[in-house]
Amino acid sequence: MTKKLPGFKDIPPAGVTWKSATEYKTGDWRSKRPVRDEEKCTRCLICWIFCPDAAISWDGKDIHFDMNYCKGCGICAEECPVNCIKMEDE
Amino acid sequence: MKPMSAKQILMGINGDEAVAYAAKHALVDVCAAYPITPQTIIVEKFAEFVANGEVETEFVRVESEHSALSACLGASAAGARTFTASAANGIELMHEVIFLTSSIRQPVVMAVADRSPSGPINIHGDQTVSLAQRDTGWIMMYCENSQEAYDSTLQAFRIGEHPDVQLPVMTMLDGFVLTHTLENVYLLKEADAHKFVGRRQPMMITIDGKQVPLKLDPKTPITIGPLQLFDYYMESKLQHSEAMEKARPVVTQINNEWAQLTGRKYGDGYLQPFKVTDADAVILTTGSSAGTARFVARQLRAQGKKVGLLKLRTFRPFPDKKIAKLLADVPVVGIFERTHTTGSLGGPIFNEVRSALYDLDTRPTILGYYGGLGGRDVTPDHFRTIYKELLKIKDTGKSPRNPIKYITVRK
Repeated sequence: MTKKLPGFKDIPPAGVTWKSATEYKTGDWRSKRPVRDEEKCTRCLICWIFCPDAAISWDGKDIHFDMNYCKGCGICAEECPVNCIKMEDE
Repeated sequence: MKPMSAKQILMGINGDEAVAYAAKHALVDVCAAYPITPQTIIVEKFAEFVANGEVETEFVRVESEHSALSACLGASAAGARTFTASAANGIELMHEVIFLTSSIRQPVVMAVADRSPSGPINIHGDQTVSLAQRDTGWIMMYCENSQEAYDSTLQAFRIGEHPDVQLPVMTMLDGFVLTHTLENVYLLKEADAHKFVGRRQPMMITIDGKQVPLKLDPKTPITIGPLQLFDYYMESKLQHSEAMEKARPVVTQINNEWAQLTGRKYGDGYLQPFKVTDADAVILTTGSSAGTARFVARQLRAQGKKVGLLKLRTFRPFPDKKIAKLLADVPVVGIFERTHTTGSLGGPIFNEVRSALYDLDTRPTILGYYGGLGGRDVTPDHFRTIYKELLKIKDTGKSPRNPIKYITVRK
């Protein structure tokens, strides 16, 4: 650990944090990230359906990976019918 | 014991009912519980108070003890004064949540009707299950009689909710011997009890320089009980430990306040010594056994035998320094515990008392006695036998090779 973390007297009790749970970014667990070939992608949205963390969004024209929440599970890559998603090391 | 300052009502009730009245007098907001012998009467009686509209408590009927304490934990996190009760297998089932409640610093009060753990199946009294909760980070108090069960339950809310403490409290009463036995119990008038317990005030905490209450409130959103890994977990444990240290003076302070209000005082809140100072032999024990041992000690004193009793009332925080001070000059000490531990040198009370005396220049000889397991009667004869053995050791100066003994077990 390079950054010095606060001591026990300086942290709130019971592990309380000021944020509500919706504000946590949990994507830092990831060891592999999805990389999409936009040319190959047919926008079929099967990945959007299968993503267990709802980390893939659809804006009406294209899909987007939300890397704040993607855990790198690779289900999107596995399910993609045209194999346009590759999992690459972080 | 005669009531002093506040006028009190004398009632013939059992230990479970005494606890139910204490919960009624404590202005409990939420109670979630599941029935289990010998605790059942507590929540049955309390449910009656709810049904009759005698209390404004939200009573949550749940499908298990794990859910009971989980519901209490959630309610407490939302700021409610919360009470539950359980026993034996119920306590074992909620074991996970027992740790959570204390580490999330929620001052839930739980009455434990002490019953032996199953295996072989048994519904009668001993303290194995409650003593097995010793590492869960709760404040733990053992009651000698039903009066003390009422008194300690009301005190528990004040101790646990104290702004320096914020920890859950268990109060133990021996199964059947206390839970199901009719006894004269002085109850406070409701208004006096309400004045004593007050209303729960949430602890104020500082986050990012802001003062916010430690409770789930949409106006000041916080997350209680998030994931804490290797980077913060140990610091939280140290905080928990510090809170337990801060509870030490609070237990005594609330015990004194209670004495002023009711005329009933339990030593310094931790230990109640009887003729310990000049004793040749002292028995240390907890719960209802202390009453029986005191009866025997008094008889033996009348016969000129210098014996004493040290009743351990508060087990967590453990009064190690107080015990060391009281037992420093006692030659022989016997620890009687209604619990059973295998593969270790004695039970938890024996271990901790012996450890507390380690730093003394001259240490007493200490023997550990297992007895009263699975509801086997703890009789005056138990303590006559123990005192006789302890006095013999004092006279002969010969300690037994194995300091751990069983009382009344058939060979």
